[in-house]
Amino acid sequence: SSLLGVLNNQAASIFGRSFCSGVLPDSIDRNSESFAHNSQAMEAIISQLQSNIHKVMEGGGADAVKRNRSRDKLLPRERIDRLIDPGSSFLELSQLAGHELYDEPLPSGGIVTGIGPVHGKVCMFVANDPTVKGGTYYPITVKKHLRAQEIAARCKLPCLYLVDSGGAFLPKQAEVFPDKENFGRIFYNQALMSSEGIPQIALVLGSCTAGGAYIPAMADESVMVKGNGTIFLAGPPLVKAATGEEVSAEDLGGATVHCKTSGVSDYFAQDEVHALAIGRNIIKNLHMAGNHNVSQHRTSDLKEPLYDINELRSIAPVDLKQSFDIRSVIARIADGSEFDEFKKLYGPTLVTGFARIYGQPVGIIGNNGILFNESALKGAHFIELCTQRNIPLVFLQNITGFMVGSKSEANGIAKSGAKMVMAVSCAKVPKITVVVGGSFGAGNYAMCGRAYSPDFMFFWPNARISVMGGAQAAGVLAQIEKANKKKAAVRWTKEDEENFKAGVTEAYEREGSAYYSTARLWDDGIIDPADTRKILGLCLSASMNRGPENTKFGVFRM
Amino acid sequence: PTPELKNQKNESIEKILIANRGEIACRIMRTAKRLGIQTVAVYSDADKHSLHVKSADEAVRIGPPPARLSYLDASSIIEAAIKTGAQAIHPGYGFLSESAAFAQLCEDKGFNFIGPPASAIRDMGDKSASKRIMGTAGVPLVPGYHGQEQDIELMKSEAEKIGYPILIKPTHGGGGKGMRIVHKPSEFVDSFLGAQREAAASFGIDTILLEKYITKPRHIEVQVFGDRLGNVIYLYERDCSVQRRHQKIIEEAPAPNINSDFRTHLGQAAVAAAKAVNYHNAGTVEFIVDTLSGQFYFMEMNTRLQVEHPVTEMVVNQDLVEWQIRVASGEPLPINQSQVPLSGHAFEARIYAENVPKGFLPATGVLHHYRPVQVSPEVRVETGVEQGDTVSMHYDPMIAKLVVRGEDRSAALTKMKDCLSKFQVAGLPTNIDFLSKLANHGAFRKGEVETHFIDRYKDDLFCNPSDPVLAQEAYHAAKHSASIVVACICQREHARVEKDIPGGLSLWYAYPPFRMHHCARRTMELEWDDEFNSGSKKLLKLFITHTLDGKYVIETEENSSPPLEIDVAHLSNLDFIVEVGGVSMKVSLAVYFKDHADYIHIWHSSLHHQFTRKMRLELFDDGDKQHKPAVESASHPPGTVVAPMAGLVVKVLAKDGEKVEEGQPIIVLEAMKMEHVVKAPTAGYVTGLQLTTGQQVFDGNVLFIIKDR
Repeated sequence: SSLLGVLNNQAASIFGRSFCSGVLPDSIDRNSESFAHNSQAMEAIISQLQSNIHKVMEGGGADAVKRNRSRDKLLPRERIDRLIDPGSSFLELSQLAGHELYDEPLPSGGIVTGIGPVHGKVCMFVANDPTVKGGTYYPITVKKHLRAQEIAARCKLPCLYLVDSGGAFLPKQAEVFPDKENFGRIFYNQALMSSEGIPQIALVLGSCTAGGAYIPAMADESVMVKGNGTIFLAGPPLVKAATGEEVSAEDLGGATVHCKTSGVSDYFAQDEVHALAIGRNIIKNLHMAGNHNVSQHRTSDLKEPLYDINELRSIAPVDLKQSFDIRSVIARIADGSEFDEFKKLYGPTLVTGFARIYGQPVGIIGNNGILFNESALKGAHFIELCTQRNIPLVFLQNITGFMVGSKSEANGIAKSGAKMVMAVSCAKVPKITVVVGGSFGAGNYAMCGRAYSPDFMFFWPNARISVMGGAQAAGVLAQIEKANKKKAAVRWTKEDEENFKAGVTEAYEREGSAYYSTARLWDDGIIDPADTRKILGLCLSASMNRGPENTKFGVFRM
Repeated sequence: PTPELKNQKNESIEKILIANRGEIACRIMRTAKRLGIQTVAVYSDADKHSLHVKSADEAVRIGPPPARLSYLDASSIIEAAIKTGAQAIHPGYGFLSESAAFAQLCEDKGFNFIGPPASAIRDMGDKSASKRIMGTAGVPLVPGYHGQEQDIELMKSEAEKIGYPILIKPTHGGGGKGMRIVHKPSEFVDSFLGAQREAAASFGIDTILLEKYITKPRHIEVQVFGDRLGNVIYLYERDCSVQRRHQKIIEEAPAPNINSDFRTHLGQAAVAAAKAVNYHNAGTVEFIVDTLSGQFYFMEMNTRLQVEHPVTEMVVNQDLVEWQIRVASGEPLPINQSQVPLSGHAFEARIYAENVPKGFLPATGVLHHYRPVQVSPEVRVETGVEQGDTVSMHYDPMIAKLVVRGEDRSAALTKMKDCLSKFQVAGLPTNIDFLSKLANHGAFRKGEVETHFIDRYKDDLFCNPSDPVLAQEAYHAAKHSASIVVACICQREHARVEKDIPGGLSLWYAYPPFRMHHCARRTMELEWDDEFNSGSKKLLKLFITHTLDGKYVIETEENSSPPLEIDVAHLSNLDFIVEVGGVSMKVSLAVYFKDHADYIHIWHSSLHHQFTRKMRLELFDDGDKQHKPAVESASHPPGTVVAPMAGLVVKVLAKDGEKVEEGQPIIVLEAMKMEHVVKAPTAGYVTGLQLTTGQQVFDGNVLFIIKDR
């Protein structure tokens, strides 16, 4: 069978590459006004984005950073840089979580999460930022921590928790503590992942108080730093209040106590750098069964796209009413710009087809307009095809929604849409969604929006998300309001109506922005369009870490 | 000798046993091979895998590592010759080369000794006897006392007669062993006794002679050659003035700044000296030249091929080992005096494993990285070691001889400086950087050489910690090198990983490393040996930013210098092309792991720097003591005295607990037949002294501690 495999591969390379592959044409008009306009507008957006990122990279500010350094502690990103393999990449998630979310700034939501390799094993990192509110958990901090665990569980990535946290942020305890997706879920996830054989490693690099104490306690293996690391259910002040006992933090829950006496921790580290070294060793010594890595293609064998990937910054219109051919995006993320289109002539507002990204075969689904009956059916068909073959799916969202109107309804657009939603929901192959333009209405569902648990979901900075466009919503709401006023016999002038509409539009404008989304973790980050290919490659690599899973679909309404 | 044996002398030599090791054994084998003569190596257990064994056609084990049980064991060597059927024995230099008894034994056993007659060795081996013979032959002698009577009072009065300063030296042996300079009568007794002891230990004979000490002398020696037919010629002179610890480190031929009359006089005196002892084969007559008076005096004759013979070979364009073999087979000298050519100028630099800042103490260790320069007809590298070999304490710590020739002195010097800057040795301390400094010194360039050269210019040759400008310059140069080092290491890491990582993961290691919305940055800490700060280590913290176009921007902690943008192309494992500031250059690294740290050497644009990088990231052990570096010199309590080198304890002069004065000798160590007195650094009580005579100590071992109480 291996001979057959070789023959098949050869056949694939002969027929697939030389004869049948569709190299996408360079369809961009670089001299057009819109190209120039888009580049200019995107440049401004990206520079704004980078300045926002730059701000959060500074953590909790110069004073807090200085205080941190004075304790021989590194910043969370520096800790991660020392843990991952030298010179390797790190895919940080949700850098702008918590952006303008609370009255006070909460850079990166007070926690740094992301994926990087340690001794050749791709791991999930969850690192508290002690310079941000003492590393305490705000609601968004919890959400980001849980999201990292969700990705880790989905992709079967070993988890490294770099603990340095004061526990729950008490003033907001009602939003942090009680609910299902709150603080307690962290430990629940640890327990379940551990039960599934996904390693849970905690490095206690700072304080680890109250609920936080369970992070190392629930871990498979944990490391503590002499002096800096402390684990206790209650700190010295609370102990004194409760029992009158006076004890120092180190004697109460320092590394010596926990590594020598209590057994809460396993490895004693002299200092932080030492702890990180031990962390690397723990990962080195993991012998994980079933680390399936399907793709075996070397970067050097790969064909880069034929066209400049930086042009992705100029393709996406900032004005979402302008349409563009999604193939010009695919041409810049697919290996060799090769895209073998499926059902090209049928339902052309949805583009489907096969490509490779850094050698990894993918099925790409992109929007080229409103979803019609045929487009939805085609989408469902294509998703089924990919699940049959264990080919990961990449969704390129730029969707205003399904076609409305009597003709559409009579054709059963809801039924067709439901088929695509059913297919998307049940597909067990890795799914990665990139919102490159609009993400509106049920289109968001069919195109694997957040509710459909894509393994990863990113926004381009120009992207927008809402149940419908601001103008449409304003129109709908104004009609209802007008009717209400009329019923109540209240005078509603044209001016009132315009003001009302402006209010709605403004709210939609704000709430539909990529920043609003990413601050609330409706996505895993805003990305530079030019990084799309690279990020897709890394995400595919991470999500292919799990083995193939069988997909079972529900009842398709025929 | 029987007639048969006499006849054998004229038989051609087809197989030679080389009773030596290292570079000279290899060098002799090379000529033998060219002449189609088979070679037999002998080796001690320490040398089983060494280059001279590999280079020979046959090899015979002759004993354990200590030289007196192997390379000095005449009967084992003779046995080896018998076993392999060699007709001739070449003694090389050192070891048995100047043993008249060995030469005699060879003859008696029917082997052709490739060297002078035993009688000549005997005559010249006794310094006092040789001076008598030379005096009779009319060769000028340094005023001195060469009598057998060794009574200390008599010696002292003889010293007064000659006039201070006085040189005390053993009548037997050489290489500066046991030599003492005495500046005033009060120092005489101590020095005399020390010289006697050292002579006894090294040569077994403790007779001492006295000589006038010449304050500004040059050491010039003449290469002579004689055949068995009574012809003796001279092959001009070598200047070997530049010495440390009375041992040569740079030699050249011909001697600079002398005229041809002087040259002829020297040569004729040397020939007269050789003829006076019926000399044949290769020999060297050493003269001391008083640069103040222009007088030259006979010092001694070395009855062997010398270490520095290649400089002569380079300027006379002859192979002296070939001459030795031909002459030993009874052939006449191939040319006569008037046919000896002299063209160009040659230098030899001796590359030693030694600790220059610690007074050139011999060093031992592993040659983790060894890449000598490219050889050519004008550049010779005489070496007996390969990468991975150990320089042990059993034998001479010379690693290689670099020999260069140029059309004139200046051309040769330029070449030598270039070669030294490219001569890569890492793993143990060497004198290469020091040799470079010597070669670059203005006075050396002018040929103003004399035996006190190093001492006279020590402020230029050694780091002067009180010079802040130089210290700052050195620091900046080190930082610049460190920046290049980290860029190269990153590039190398990347190239290595690219090879090893399975396909699906390779993207994670693609270069430059990906970061979301920013450039990847990393920090590397290198320790630099700051010579200006008495060998203490200076920590250099380097911040590396990987730019999107694959370059490196390196910043240092203090931000005192602008960030460097470095572009690296990785050629092979350790070779790079580095572009920095618009200039691209070749860069070589050596990286090896020792004592929980990575040692990193860099060579670029005539510079060489060495750094260490602690590798705690991959290492840990349990317990509270973990991650303390295994070798931690700075952590010793005050008053601790550590061994400055590996060696044997030959004398323990104080008892544990004894009260001692500052500077009082406590222990005498011996390494490479060199005595080294370890003194009390301060007054106090000796504690922790547990050494006994004959005990082995290693570099950095704690010997004792001086405490107040």
